Amino acid sequence: MPKLIDLAKVLRSKNAGPLYVTFDLMFDKKETYERVVKSGVINSKLIAKLFKSDEKYTEIVDYPAALSVKITIPRKVVGGDLGDRDVYGAQQYAPLLDLEIK
Amino acid sequence: MKVMALNGILGYGYPLASLEKGLAENPDIIGTDAGSKDPGPYYLGAGVSFTSRSAVKRDLELSMPEALKRNIPFIIGTAGGSGGEPHLKWNREIIQEIAREKNLHFHMAMIHAEFPKEYIRKKLRGGKIKPMGPNLALTERDIDETVRFVGQMGSEPLIRALNIGVGVILAGRSSDPAIYAALPLMKGYDPGLVWHASKIIECGALCAIPGTTSDCIMAHLEKNYFLLEPLNPIRKCTPMSAAGHTLYEQPNPYYIYEPEGMMDLSQSKYEAYTDSIAKVSGSKWIPARQQTIKIEGSARYGYRTISIAGCRDPLMIEEIDEVTNYVRQFTVDNFGSRISPTDYHMLFRLYGKDAVEGDWEPQKKITSQELGIIIEVVAKTQEMADDICAVARSTMLHYHYTGRKATAGNLAFPYSPSDISMGPAYRFSAYHLVELEDASEPFKIEVVKV
Repeated sequence: MPKLIDLAKVLRSKNAGPLYVTFDLMFDKKETYERVVKSGVINSKLIAKLFKSDEKYTEIVDYPAALSVKITIPRKVVGGDLGDRDVYGAQQYAPLLDLEIK
Repeated sequence: MKVMALNGILGYGYPLASLEKGLAENPDIIGTDAGSKDPGPYYLGAGVSFTSRSAVKRDLELSMPEALKRNIPFIIGTAGGSGGEPHLKWNREIIQEIAREKNLHFHMAMIHAEFPKEYIRKKLRGGKIKPMGPNLALTERDIDETVRFVGQMGSEPLIRALNIGVGVILAGRSSDPAIYAALPLMKGYDPGLVWHASKIIECGALCAIPGTTSDCIMAHLEKNYFLLEPLNPIRKCTPMSAAGHTLYEQPNPYYIYEPEGMMDLSQSKYEAYTDSIAKVSGSKWIPARQQTIKIEGSARYGYRTISIAGCRDPLMIEEIDEVTNYVRQFTVDNFGSRISPTDYHMLFRLYGKDAVEGDWEPQKKITSQELGIIIEVVAKTQEMADDICAVARSTMLHYHYTGRKATAGNLAFPYSPSDISMGPAYRFSAYHLVELEDASEPFKIEVVKV
């Protein structure tokens, strides 16, 4: 089964303000985007498990206009606070790389 | 109306040719966003810019004189990177220097955005402060520890400044799109289109392919749509790149919240006007029912010292948890009753293990032949942080861990000195919304002659 890192044209993370981190999975073909969405792999239960976060604060948005799926969760540590590992939040997507899509 | 953005952040640069192309189209307004909170709370707290003086000066001295010559209003938002008083002052000095060198004389409106602690305290006690997420609360103690609060101005104070009729507007902390939205809103353009266009161009040419924050961009506002025109022939704004931009740094591409309202982009249409110019329509604006200002606060929570070193020993890498646990315990014991472990924080960042992702790291096994190690101490004073870090560093260098064979030293220091005093450590004490009657009123405008 192909992995997300192979299917996506863009796979990134960034702060959405200092309290949240947002992940974008962007695809270059409509069929690939629809395959990922239809597979149901990206769901709040999985995200909560991968990122040890509260499902209540997980937001997943399908955005066909840009063939993208967006995931937003609270940052573990507020941006720049003690123990922050990534001030810009730009390198936090590792748990998504190897997700397998049917 | 033609709205031109110089780049995504003042000081990030832009090609002179792009500026000239934009000027040739006679823009109605030229703006630049000087700030961001992405680099973290340090710059707000310490009162310094995260972009360099020479870079900011370069960006201004090429464009500002041209704008003044042609009577095009020139707006700088979130002056000095964070938009507080020292940042405003710093940016003003650069402008004054350019004016002296180029013999320019004009009036400038400075819009102040730093709020006194007592104002915030009053609002907190009145129950007027709302959180923006689940993990940051604002307490009285946070207010005590805060070095600086700024409020983010919306379009209203900028419109007030435009009405005065000055050459340059130097604004403190501003909503990024408000910088570009002010003039078109004043002139009656559709707010849905205005806010969406402004939200896109505030990052410069990032909405183009190839995208960058270091290039100029022009938004053409019409009655029922807007166009996005790159000013560099190597870039194209396509329907996809324009649609894709609302994903950037936002939790939701359909609904984008500003303190003064919400952009509803659920019906927005993205089309190709030409193969390099995108056309956007259908964007809506829903004004907020309750007026709010977004506030940011930075509090100093100590002073930091770090030591950076590499480790190339497979036996030590295998025992790295034992090593860090020992170093921590030895340091606590070493300082005994003189310094309590609750008076400082000690962190170990292990690059090659889990420094970047922490417990989000899916790969549990270390497969690297070396580790990059940062020992970090944050304490009440710089001297205390230095002392504690020094003990931790020397202990880690010499600790005889289980199975050790390299008995001459465990760490490869790249530098002499091995320890680096980093100065004050700041945290965001506030990232909240303040409810009030008039969201424009706290932002005072001062007109100065340059």
